[in-house]
Amino acid sequence: MEQHDIVIVGAGVVGCAIARELARCKADILVLEQGADVCCGTSKANSAIVHAGFDAAHGSLMAKLNVQGSRMMEPLSRELGFAYRRNGSLVVCLAGEDLPRLRALYENGTANGVEGLELLSGEAARAKEPNLSPNVVAALWAPTGAIVCPFGLTIALAENAFANGVRFRFGTKVTALAKTGAGWRLETSAGPVAARCVVNAAGVWADVLHNMASAQKIHITPRRGEYLLLDWRAGRHHVDATVFQLPGRYGKGVLVTPTVHGNLLIGPTASDIEDREGTDTTAAGLAEVAQKAALSVADLPLNTVITSFAGLRAHEDGHEFILGEPADAPGFFDAAGIESPGLSSAPAIGVTVAQMVRERLRPAENPAFDPHREPMLLTKLLSPEAYAALIQKDPAYGRVVCRCRQVTEGEILDAIRRPLGATTVDGIKHRVGARMGRCQGGFCTPRILALLAQELGVPMEAVTQNGGDSRFVLDAGKNRR
Amino acid sequence: MTERYDIVIIGGGPAGLAAAVAAREAGAGSILVLERDTVLGGILNQCIHNGFGLHHFGEELTGPEYAGRFAAQVRGPGIECRCGTMVLAFGAGRTVTAVNDRQGLFTVQAGAIVLAMGCRERPRGALNIPGFRPAGIYSAGTAQRLINIEGKLPGREAVILGSGDIGLIMARRLTWEGCRVHAVAELMPYSGGLKRNIVQCLDDYGIPLLLSHTVVRIEGRERVQSVTVAAVGPDRAPIPGTEKAYPCDTLLLSVGLLPENELSRAAGVDISPVTGGPTVNESLETSLPGVFACGNVLHVHDLVDYVSEEAAAAGRHAAAYVRQGGAGAAGPALPVRAQNGVRYTVPAVIRPAALADKAPLRFRVDNVYRDKCVTVAVDGAPVARLRRRILTPGEMETVPLQRQWFQNAGPQSRVTVSLEEV
Repeated sequence: MEQHDIVIVGAGVVGCAIARELARCKADILVLEQGADVCCGTSKANSAIVHAGFDAAHGSLMAKLNVQGSRMMEPLSRELGFAYRRNGSLVVCLAGEDLPRLRALYENGTANGVEGLELLSGEAARAKEPNLSPNVVAALWAPTGAIVCPFGLTIALAENAFANGVRFRFGTKVTALAKTGAGWRLETSAGPVAARCVVNAAGVWADVLHNMASAQKIHITPRRGEYLLLDWRAGRHHVDATVFQLPGRYGKGVLVTPTVHGNLLIGPTASDIEDREGTDTTAAGLAEVAQKAALSVADLPLNTVITSFAGLRAHEDGHEFILGEPADAPGFFDAAGIESPGLSSAPAIGVTVAQMVRERLRPAENPAFDPHREPMLLTKLLSPEAYAALIQKDPAYGRVVCRCRQVTEGEILDAIRRPLGATTVDGIKHRVGARMGRCQGGFCTPRILALLAQELGVPMEAVTQNGGDSRFVLDAGKNRR
Repeated sequence: MTERYDIVIIGGGPAGLAAAVAAREAGAGSILVLERDTVLGGILNQCIHNGFGLHHFGEELTGPEYAGRFAAQVRGPGIECRCGTMVLAFGAGRTVTAVNDRQGLFTVQAGAIVLAMGCRERPRGALNIPGFRPAGIYSAGTAQRLINIEGKLPGREAVILGSGDIGLIMARRLTWEGCRVHAVAELMPYSGGLKRNIVQCLDDYGIPLLLSHTVVRIEGRERVQSVTVAAVGPDRAPIPGTEKAYPCDTLLLSVGLLPENELSRAAGVDISPVTGGPTVNESLETSLPGVFACGNVLHVHDLVDYVSEEAAAAGRHAAAYVRQGGAGAAGPALPVRAQNGVRYTVPAVIRPAALADKAPLRFRVDNVYRDKCVTVAVDGAPVARLRRRILTPGEMETVPLQRQWFQNAGPQSRVTVSLEEV
């Protein structure tokens, strides 16, 4: 049976952050992922926010790791080359009766160690963000709030882990887990695997995996959040900061934020469901998003919606991150219950859990570890001179495939050919943004299918959106009735 | 060194090619056509059905044949075409920046620019259809390309949402390829497509057209597994209890075309909120002097023949602009207001002094109307009343303008176009 020092279950942002931290030591590490790529679950469908850290209750692990992760994110974005922008966050208060709650948030944030928090009057908030609704009576300003590309972050962590020796196996489900003398035995859809240590970064499935290892049961509820994504014509022109609503008179509220790609994102709803794959949107949910967003930001251009989606937060009953070994399962390390602020905390969770694993395995340092990753080459971000020079070197960068986001054949080929490269259409979208624009792939999909088929050496019929049976086309000649 | 051309045309589809040919005939010395696809002809190349050219050529052609005739005409001196070339920007100074794999990133200086970028399809995301986001959801044009150009079938069992012409054409095309089309659902109480397409593409194959229906749910985690259709009320909201699920693996969308004016917007061209295209005057000139627009980037047409006609006019006006060194017409510029059932007009401004006789004013109506008079009025006084037995949103209407209608108009005058009782 195949034997590893460490098996990490789940290649979301948390699993990849842990993998990358563990790559600093000399160990044989395998990441198992049921999806076809990294970043296929909760990590790909969320608010894409790096929370400043004022929200999580003071004294909680969430608060500590949020603030720590928020501080790590900016230097990490330079080290690993992913899109990150510190745009600041505003929590707006929509009713005078809720003002004490806003002050409590300020005090909680200050106690958590969040820098630069400031309480603003409605006028001062509108001076900062002119499109804030006249309903806003006061706001909390958090200058360290930021936005990030969740795919970019996860892929960067994974690529860097991979470059430093971590292996990834996709399309592989863990079906059973048992303690053995020397560690753990995992049954997977691709055969059994043995590991000295197992890391549980299985997102909404983390309770299932945990409960296979430990008698101290945990319980995760998939909490669905629905979003609307608006065209970049709306984007930064509408709000520059992330605008949260203070929970209060009008309920939980939704956020309105620019994304690092320049779009405007609004959402999420919060509904607890049973289905761990229930990422479907609902008419009621999407209507709720639109209606609530209008409370805090005026004149939202909802006619520029380009897509809607839903993501699932892994809400554990205790609403707290569960990190480390259960008492009855030595060598099994949880990173469970990672709901918001999970994306913000991911770098800190990576360091924390990796440290716990290292304390058990006591591996040697990996002297060859290189923390740097070259960012993806995106022609849109190049100077005219640099772009012209690039086409001279490789004409494929002169062939624009995705016109909405200006993604060239060169970039798509790079997304496929790079280490741990894309094998699916979504994989290309997440790496270089093709099909993510306003036409949502109307023009470029056939070209992307052809490039993937060519590079993977398969017929176009075998190319999928995101693995499994998500195929795009059938062979016309073979399917006539 | 920056290359210079009398006219740079952005787009080498039917509009761009007709503009190029007409501009050359009108005396433009150097014309550059920039086309993003690897061949000329635009979307016509994937429209392998017939029905094109009845007005323009007096015969029935397929899309590629229609495009081929124009592609043949642009050959020869005076017109240079660069395919595989994406325009990244143009500016008010009429510089055009583009990229391809041969010249790399380059900028050209134009005496006049003709915008002919065409349109794109409204995607699923813009509709907020609830449900999952599996593979198997295509805009009708994407499916058309997959079948007709790539030789691939998008699926075996389909539902089509929207009865735009491409959706209707694709209902028939899919049927021919062995795919079962269960239904075409249309939100509105009327089809947005041409009558002849409803007859030839749906009725002839027994495909039901469900008016006042929409898709309320998409099932399937990986590939589409079913699509639920429901009737809608007069407010276009789904009526509970009318849902019907169709097991299928494909959903095609034909829910509207949007002029592709991203470049125009970035350059500061005024865009009509109704058409999504530039507001133009009688010479098809946009709010930026020397920048003209024609075809589906200006407003979505029903027939390509009218695209060619409009584009030829834009080419001639662009050539005249270059020849005259950009001098504008003297006299008043009259805004045209569309009202009473008329959604918009092209042109949106008329300068009588520059108006060619019988220059077409084109528009669409907002509903189905019977026995109405299309009325053109200046300052409220009708100058023309044209009776129409039927007007539908799917068909573009034309009024040939006459300069004499505006001879008494002053600088503050307004033109209105409306539907009035007979």
